[in-house]
Amino acid sequence: MNNTEKEGAFKLEEKNIIEINAAPNNKPLNYKVLNEKIHEAIKNNHKKIILKDVCGQRFIGASLQGDLEIIINGLPGNDLGIFMDGPKIMVNGNCEDHAGNTMNDGTIIIHGNAGDVVGLSARGGKIYIKKDVGYRIGIHIKEYESKYPIIIIGGTAKDFLGEYMAGGLILVLGLKFCLDGTVIESDQPICGNLLGTGIHRGKIILRTEKDFTAKLGVGAKIFEISEAEKNEIEPFIKEFCDIFNIPYDIISKKPFKVIKPISKRPFGGNYCGQII
Amino acid sequence: MSLSHNIPSYFHIKVDRESCKKCKRCTTHCSYGALSFNGERIVADDSKCVACQRCVVMCPGSAIRIVKNESFLPPHGNYTRRIRNILWAQSGNGGVLLSATGNDRPIRTIFDDLLLDACQVTNPSIDPLRETIETKIFFGRKPKKLEFLTDKKDSTKITLKTEFMPNFEIDMPIMIGHMSLGSISYNTCMAIYQASKELNILAGSGEGGLHPDFYEYGSNIITEIASGRFGVDINYLHKAAGIEIKIGQGAKPGHGGHLPGEKVNSLISQTRMIPKGSDALSPYPHHDVYSIEDLAQLIAALKEATRYKVPIGVKIAAVHNSAPIAVGIVRGGADFLTIDGFRGGTGAAPRIIRDHAGIPIELAIAAVDERLRQENLRDEITLVAGGSIRYSADLIKIIALGADVAMCCMPVLIAMGCRVCQQCFRGLCSWGIATQQEYLVKRLDIDVARNRIINLFHSWNEELKEVLGAMGIDSVESLRSNRDRLRYIGPNPKIAEILGVKHAGE
Repeated sequence: MNNTEKEGAFKLEEKNIIEINAAPNNKPLNYKVLNEKIHEAIKNNHKKIILKDVCGQRFIGASLQGDLEIIINGLPGNDLGIFMDGPKIMVNGNCEDHAGNTMNDGTIIIHGNAGDVVGLSARGGKIYIKKDVGYRIGIHIKEYESKYPIIIIGGTAKDFLGEYMAGGLILVLGLKFCLDGTVIESDQPICGNLLGTGIHRGKIILRTEKDFTAKLGVGAKIFEISEAEKNEIEPFIKEFCDIFNIPYDIISKKPFKVIKPISKRPFGGNYCGQII
Repeated sequence: MSLSHNIPSYFHIKVDRESCKKCKRCTTHCSYGALSFNGERIVADDSKCVACQRCVVMCPGSAIRIVKNESFLPPHGNYTRRIRNILWAQSGNGGVLLSATGNDRPIRTIFDDLLLDACQVTNPSIDPLRETIETKIFFGRKPKKLEFLTDKKDSTKITLKTEFMPNFEIDMPIMIGHMSLGSISYNTCMAIYQASKELNILAGSGEGGLHPDFYEYGSNIITEIASGRFGVDINYLHKAAGIEIKIGQGAKPGHGGHLPGEKVNSLISQTRMIPKGSDALSPYPHHDVYSIEDLAQLIAALKEATRYKVPIGVKIAAVHNSAPIAVGIVRGGADFLTIDGFRGGTGAAPRIIRDHAGIPIELAIAAVDERLRQENLRDEITLVAGGSIRYSADLIKIIALGADVAMCCMPVLIAMGCRVCQQCFRGLCSWGIATQQEYLVKRLDIDVARNRIINLFHSWNEELKEVLGAMGIDSVESLRSNRDRLRYIGPNPKIAEILGVKHAGE
């Protein structure tokens, strides 16, 4: 009931956009104050929130629900969109650590680099990062029924990518974005060491022609990409290229490799239940 | 034939042939496959028996007895039967040995070396039957001091400046510890939550999510955020009375969790929000918590996510340096801190860790309480202590040593029918407690179990009042950290020194 009422209001009310200055008088607000302002705006039925001059404030979008759009101009702090369930966050710039921590649903789009531990334990939603990311990306992301987390990285990743992965999709494209706007192949390695350690569901797809067998963690194995998998990722890649203005034809210049679990029970044999 | 088959069994099943009616009831009740019927008579396989007593109780003719296996191993004081069995099991099967419940080694219990004080002549005792003795406590972070603002124009107008943090009231200083749906059955969870609501005490959800059927008991449930983040969604955060970040567990400090895929049926899948049949692996650390600063950040994130409406706490296992860690956690913004001692229970943990890691809760709580006092932080937080609070005496002693709330699990399970056979990790519990198999779960009657928990804690609370009355204390809050009301009679004066308790006679 409430939802339909709100949707009705959305169509009628054109003034549902609000801009919040995160640093009035050039002094960044405390994260509590900024987040309280966001909650106030939501209470007042604003559906699109533009944050100006964000400077490291943490927990933006924490546990927010529903049909909301938050545009961040500046640099959001750690735990962007933690526990989030539905909204869309767009960051015009870089982002610090832990974006999309334990996210249930929603979209986070980052027009820049992201720090470490993006999408920790996320159960659903999409995280699109234009450039490079740090360590421990997509640790323990999992899927459940219709929930299927997707992390796409335009640049490259560091060590422990997809560790303990329990579902979903991580895709790394290995591109480099030049200052003049052109897109070329990155000269950095596409991923770091201990790739997919302990993976027991889901897949990591890397766009590279190089051999990275030595980087594989325990329980992970490299496969050639199947037609079905190609078809599965195509719409996401197209969406990614659209959002970040990447010419789609560059994608086909390198092959995809898929990393999947050897077993659904990587550590099943480690234990012994003998009565003693 | 592997050597492991030759491990001598601990138990021997004696079936009295004269009184056995051959009704075969025992064979259907034994979930471990130790009893069968060969067409003529009941056959017992001692090697499969875990002495859970189900057959003994269910036999209509009282024809079954479980006795100690008299078959004798050559005696050796050092290579005990237990150690020989461990070696045989490992050399036969390989792998890390699993175990359940708490540490079963015969290590001296410090609680048993502590005696309580009572009033004589110079300070009058209180009669709990006629006078009020308060066992209520307030759960959550307290302000360090109260500050007031005086109106500049009218000095009689005084307003409170201090902002209060979320607190709620519980009627007894008792929390039923964290046992997840997965480690215990649906019926067991339901009985625990219903009893907690009825008693107005707390119960932990464990890290396995919160089934929608349990939302109505949420006002008495502390939900747990563990490294696997299973079942963590908006409801999990918003339906609970408080949220606890689980860093460690007394039975397996430093260890993660591992729910095998075969236990993930549709109920567990729905609650943990993972696909059916998929392993539920909890990583060893939280991968977003590598330091006190990171922990403070997760606490702040949970406070933001719950709009500062519920207390957020942290649970750690009692380890060697618990005290400085506790200080960091309190300074990091936790509203409550739970410490779980080395005897704490588990549904499944590597035996090596359960039996050998951690320290006793008595020492840990005394050390943490003392250090928080030195740092002037103790009165700000609620301190919960668990790790084998076996009965009301332990509850009273742990509060006198410095805890606000005592946390326990095993007494609750024993009240419901658990015989402590220590096979929880096998999921075959014949009493319907630590199992997910429907035909076994049905054996636990929710109403009976709930009432037994209510009876148990009512009696603990009455005993607590009796002791408080005898000490001349009218509120449990005045017993907290009141170590002068304890005396030590054990063999090791160093323990008394760490506990801050005088020796008996002093």
